[in-house]
This record gives sequence, structure tokens and C-alpha cells, in this order.
Amino acid sequence: MGEGFFSRGFRGRRRNQDTALPPGQYLEDGFPVLSAGPTPRTPLEEWDFSVVGEVDEPKRWTWEEFRALPSEEITTDIHCVTKWSKLNTRWEGVSVDTLLEGVDTSAEYITAYCDGDYTTNLPLEEVTGGKAWVAYAYEGEPLEPEHGGPARLFVPHLYFWKSAKWVRGLQLIAHDIPGFWEGLGYHNFGDPWREQRYWGD
Amino acid sequence: MVAVGPRKLLWRLAEVVDVVPETPRTKSLVLDAPGWEGHRAGQHVDVRLTAEDGYQAQRSYSIASAPEEERLVLTVDRLDDGEVSPYLTDVLTVGDRLELRGPIGGYFVWDAADGGPLVLVAGGSGVVPLMAMIRHRAAVGSDVPTRLLYSSRSYEEIIYREELEDFAARDGSLEAIHTLTRSAPKGWDGYDRRIDARMLSEVAWTPEERPLAFVCGPTPLVEEVGTALVGLGHDPGRVKTERFGATGG
Repeated sequence: MGEGFFSRGFRGRRRNQDTALPPGQYLEDGFPVLSAGPTPRTPLEEWDFSVVGEVDEPKRWTWEEFRALPSEEITTDIHCVTKWSKLNTRWEGVSVDTLLEGVDTSAEYITAYCDGDYTTNLPLEEVTGGKAWVAYAYEGEPLEPEHGGPARLFVPHLYFWKSAKWVRGLQLIAHDIPGFWEGLGYHNFGDPWREQRYWGD
Repeated sequence: MVAVGPRKLLWRLAEVVDVVPETPRTKSLVLDAPGWEGHRAGQHVDVRLTAEDGYQAQRSYSIASAPEEERLVLTVDRLDDGEVSPYLTDVLTVGDRLELRGPIGGYFVWDAADGGPLVLVAGGSGVVPLMAMIRHRAAVGSDVPTRLLYSSRSYEEIIYREELEDFAARDGSLEAIHTLTRSAPKGWDGYDRRIDARMLSEVAWTPEERPLAFVCGPTPLVEEVGTALVGLGHDPGRVKTERFGATGG
């Protein structure tokens, strides 16, 4: 639809064309917030992170144990399905590779589960090999609750809803199960470069 | 979970059949969208503008009309530094065509069968998806007890003010409660501050009445209201939020 159509009188705000953005995205300097419900506030002394499901032995870290794990600094672009992209954002977090170290599993998918009953699903190979982190700091500061603090999943190569806020653990599973937004019309995989926003994209 | 397989949301061309000024900054676009397969109150659409040279820009806009209405209505708030909204409010006129796809969003939705009581909390143009719920409620003759708490900067900037007054005058189970945060007309005896926990404790039913809450507005308002409702003892699972971030619409 729309082949050959143009919007009468629309010119658009041309930006620096060297900036490569995924299709349909625009550049944002602020950091918009999106979530489906009230911001959960789990005290750090009650917070833990787990790896469960198809594993020989579930793993669990308290906040202190989690923060003692080796961490990495990541500077990269993020892309929200609501159309904004933000460039060169700086995060600190623990690589999912670190969290899965020594885990023996036949699982091919994960469900990330979160405070506030939010979930998101990902193929295991999209969160391993240096592609995903559990992030606890943004631009050198502890991650604000409204942005997912104390910790959120960080999978910057996919639309940002996959970077689940308030994440509390990963469940390793054999079969893919659509998460919260994925069950409500959003794309199951969510690659911004292929503009996989909604079902069927 | 979904019973049907993924169905692609196709771009379609709608025609502007009316443009209704709502406030100095806000207009409603009344659209004829052939093939539109319906929506639920609270959902939004993606709008795509294409320049003659192929340059495109996309943004999301909430649907203001009830699912029962024949026309699809979007209400657009003009953001001065926006790329898309000034085109929609200042350039687009009756007879122009607009490319859109949807409906999108299956969580921030209300159907009369979901019941209530309802508390709808809006800031500025955050009232738009809530208005779709109020119009849906009226269209199906629902008497679900409903309170809208609506924060605007000034009296002139209240979107749908007269329609809300009409609804409330005809329907004792609907109340529209306004707060004006920057300026209020002489003799204004309503709230004149930002929405806070005390205001919500007066308006948002009691936790025992188990209201279903829908909150839509700028992020600081949504954060404040969500936190306050949970603090007052409301079930977080019955508080649904949608935010207008600092997005350059």
C-alpha cells in the first residue's frame, strides 16, 4: 500500500544523513519511558537474580553477589519500537555469558522474567556470544527505577522492549513461548534493521 | 495467548473527512479508512508521512473514537519542535490522504465487559485513549461507574471539555474531575495543582472497591500516579499505564 503515494506538503526534518538509523526510526536525545504498569520498587536486600529451567542446577545471586561478578562497559545505540533511537548510550552490566558460565543446557530459548509480571522471550543464541547483558548502570549512574533499575536485561541489537526492565531471572526452555508484548501483537523476534515491529512484519 | 496466527498490519490510505480544532494546540482528524477492521478502546495507530523524494517519518497516535463509530478519529497535540505533529495539525486538510496502520497495542485497552469501577487518569493529550474508552462506554450504554481525573495546564487546554460535560450531565455514573496546573479562570473551584496521592485518595475509589485504573500522560505524571495508587493500596496488576515520553512527535 502507498506505492507512489506522498504526503502533500510534507518535507520532513532532515537530519545528518551520515547517521544510520534503522528504517522508520528517528533520533531522540532524551530517554523516553515506556512500561505497562506502575514502576516496581524491589529493595536491593530482597532482590536476587536466578537462572532456572532446563539446567542441571539452578543458579541464584543476591544483589551483592551479582555486583561482585565481572562486569563490562558497553557503548551502543538503542532502538525503541515506538520509533525513537538513541545513539552512543553507555551502560554497565554483567554479560549473560558470565551468568550462564558452567550451565549445561539443551534449551534453545529463554524467557526473561521480571518484577511486575513482565516477560520477554529470546532465542538463547541471541543473548550469548557477547550480545546481551544484565545492566545495572546507565551513563555512569545506577539505573533509575523508571528505566528498569536496579537491573534490566540489555539486548541492544533488538527493539528495546526485549531489554526487559526490572529483570529477575532467565528461564531456559526448549520451546519458544511468546512473552508479554510478543503475545499482544508485537513481533516475536524484533530486529529493528528488518523493521520487525508487529506480528507479520 | 493468541488463537490466530500472525497477521501483517498493512499500511492503508485514509482520507481526511473533517478536521476539528479541540484546543489551541490540538486538533482531531476525522478519517475515512476503507477496510479498517476495527479496534479496541485504548489502542493506537502508526502514521507514516512520505515526502516527494521518498523521505519518511513515522509516529504513533492514540485513537480517540469508540470502536462503534463509523469514522476513525485521531486527536493530535502539536509539539512545536515535532516533525510529524505540526504537519498533521497545520498542513493536513479535508480531502488529504494519510497513511496509517493498526490497531496496535493489546494491553492498554478497555471493553465494557471488563467492568469497573473505572478510574481514568490523564495528563494533557494523554486523555485521548481514555476518551475512546468513555465514548465506547457511552456507545454501548454501559453504566460502569467511571471517574476521569484530568490534568491540564489551563482551562483552554482541556481537550473534549464540552463533550465530557455533556456525558457527565446525561449520565450520573460518569464524573469528570479536572485539575488545572498553570492557570485557572476566575472563580475556578476545582483542583489547581499537579495530581498527587491526596487527590487520588479523594477521587480514585478505594482499594476495596478494586477499581481498574488507566493512566496516560507524560512520564512524570504517570510515574507519580502509578506510585501513588500502589502506595494507597491499589493492586498494581489493575493499574495500566501508557506514557507520552519526551518523544519528538
